[in-house]
This record gives sequence, C-alpha cells and structure tokens, in this order.
Amino acid sequence: MTVWHIILIASIAVLALKLAGFTIPAAWAEKPTVARLANLLTVSLLAALIVVQTLGSARGFDVDARLPAVAVAAVLFALRVPFIVVIIAAALVAAGIRALT
Amino acid sequence: MTHGAGRVARSPEVSAAIRSSFAVGLAVAAYGISFGALAVAAGLDVWQACVLSLLMFSGGSQFALVGVLATGGTAAGGAAIASAVLLGARNSLYALRVAPMIGPGVAKRLLAGHWTIDESTAVSTAQPTLASQRAGFWWTGAIIYVGWNVTTLMGALIGDQLGDVSQYGLDAAAAAAFLGLLWPRLKQLQPIVVAVGAAVVAAVLMPVLPAGLPVLAATLVAVAVGLTNWLGTRESDLAEAEPDPMGER
Repeated sequence: MTVWHIILIASIAVLALKLAGFTIPAAWAEKPTVARLANLLTVSLLAALIVVQTLGSARGFDVDARLPAVAVAAVLFALRVPFIVVIIAAALVAAGIRALT
Repeated sequence: MTHGAGRVARSPEVSAAIRSSFAVGLAVAAYGISFGALAVAAGLDVWQACVLSLLMFSGGSQFALVGVLATGGTAAGGAAIASAVLLGARNSLYALRVAPMIGPGVAKRLLAGHWTIDESTAVSTAQPTLASQRAGFWWTGAIIYVGWNVTTLMGALIGDQLGDVSQYGLDAAAAAAFLGLLWPRLKQLQPIVVAVGAAVVAAVLMPVLPAGLPVLAATLVAVAVGLTNWLGTRESDLAEAEPDPMGER
C-alpha cells in the first residue's frame, strides 16, 4: 500500500460511517429510550473530551497549564459569564502560565 | 425564522447558536495548523495532508492515521486505517443525533454527513430550538470545514516553524469550549452522574488506550445508564431541552 492508498481508503471509510448514521429512520430518534441515549451520549462525550483535552498528552496523561485554565473557565461559567469571554479567558490563562514558567 | 420587511430577523436562540459556532469553531479550526505540521513531519506531502482534511474531515481520525504512519510507515497502513475508522465510528452516533434536524434532501444530507463531527454535533444538540440547532450545526460545520482546511494547508506549508499552538493557549480554549457545551446539560442528577462517570472512564483509560478510544469507551457509561434509565426522571424532562445559558446575556 502506498500513502495515497492508505489516505483514500481510510477517508472513504470514515466518510461512509458518517453517512451510515443518516440512513437510520428518523422515527428512531423520537423514541424515549433513543432520545435519552442520545442526550446522555452527548453528555458522556463532552465530559470525556474535556478530560482528554485538559489532561491528554503524547505520554497519556499530563497536568499542565490547561488544568488551571479549565478551572477558571468553570468558575466563569458558574458566574454566567458569556461563552466567548470564558473561552478567551481560558486561552489567556494557559498562555500566561506558559509564558511565565 | 421570521422574515422582516428589509432583513431577516434572527431569534435570540439562533443568534446565540451562531455565537457558539464561532467560539467553538475558531478555537478548534486553529488546530489544523498542528495537524498540517504533524502530517508533514510524519512523511506525508502537502497534498496528502490537505486531502485528509478535505475528505476525511474528522480530527481524531486524522491525528490517529498520521500518528500510526509516523511510527510505522506504510507497513503499518492497515493499523493506521483501522485506528482512523474506529475513531470515526462515533460519527455514526452523531449522525443519528443530527439527522432529524437536517431534514430530507440527498445533497443536503450528504453535505451534513460530511460535516458531522464532534463540534457540529455538540454545538447543535446544545441549542434549545430546531432553528437554533440547525444554525449551530451548519455554522459550526462551515466555520470548521473552511478553517480546518485553510490551517491544515498553512501548517503543512510552514511545518513546525510556527512552534507549538499550545503556546497560545488554544488547547485550553478547546477544553473550555467543551465545558461550556456540557454546563447547561448538568441540571439533573442522571446527566451529572453520566458526566462524572464518563470523565473517570476517560481519565483511567487515557494512559493505556490509543488516542480517541478513551472518549469512545466513556460512551459506554451513557449506554448503561440510558438503557436502564438508572436515576431517571419522567421522559418529558429528557425530551425537552433546557434553555442554553450560553445564549443568556
């Protein structure tokens, strides 16, 4: 296999998986269990993505400037600060800590 | 949406959805620079890096493919494809979630399918109304698709000369964006328990599983709690989306 083969096979397969989800009948999503599952799936994915994005590294697990930045974001969200302001604040906290350390 | 005399009046929900799209989309799209740089470092040429972002368009899968190729080369092609596809499996679940808000039409559904990723799904499903869900999906998908491909090209062209994007705190911004999407969903005991459980599963599995799989494994918590309806309330509580605090100003 060349690099091009690998890229095209994997890309088409990933795209096909996305499209497969659209062929499932819409009525499915109206069922209480499916709706509940879909809601909880979103919650679980977001929670896991926060952990991976905050602590993940090439070595698996790393505590660095991201953790205090996300903690600051949590406080600001609790105080109902607008979304975009919280995002910028989190980036500034992480960038600031890295610049100073 | 209501059509006014001169211009289209946007509901507050739709405006809030578009603001969320920009906040999440721009932070995430910036990561294309690191992908482009990593892809070139792994031995891909600029065209190959760009085709991955144009055609595959799923960050986790792309990073996984490039990561395996970086260590194993084309001899590890099978493993590279398998890890990318495995990581892309969660997009099927996302598609099931967003399909009702997209509606019929083959061309529209093909494009929506291509743009069904973590962020477009997360932003759209966090919105309270159908109009704002649609706005969240298409705006987030478009912003990230354009941004991701432009920054992939930039990253591939300049390699790692720019340095680490984490220097600018963009990795922390992406984490905060996910937190902002999760926040309004944690008003009942059941989703809170699922969020804590999923976070623990992801944290425990992160050091032992390849990148992306801990996130997939964490969804098992949602499946277990969802199927048994453990700590559940009336279905109506779940069917009705909570208003999104992100839209409150």
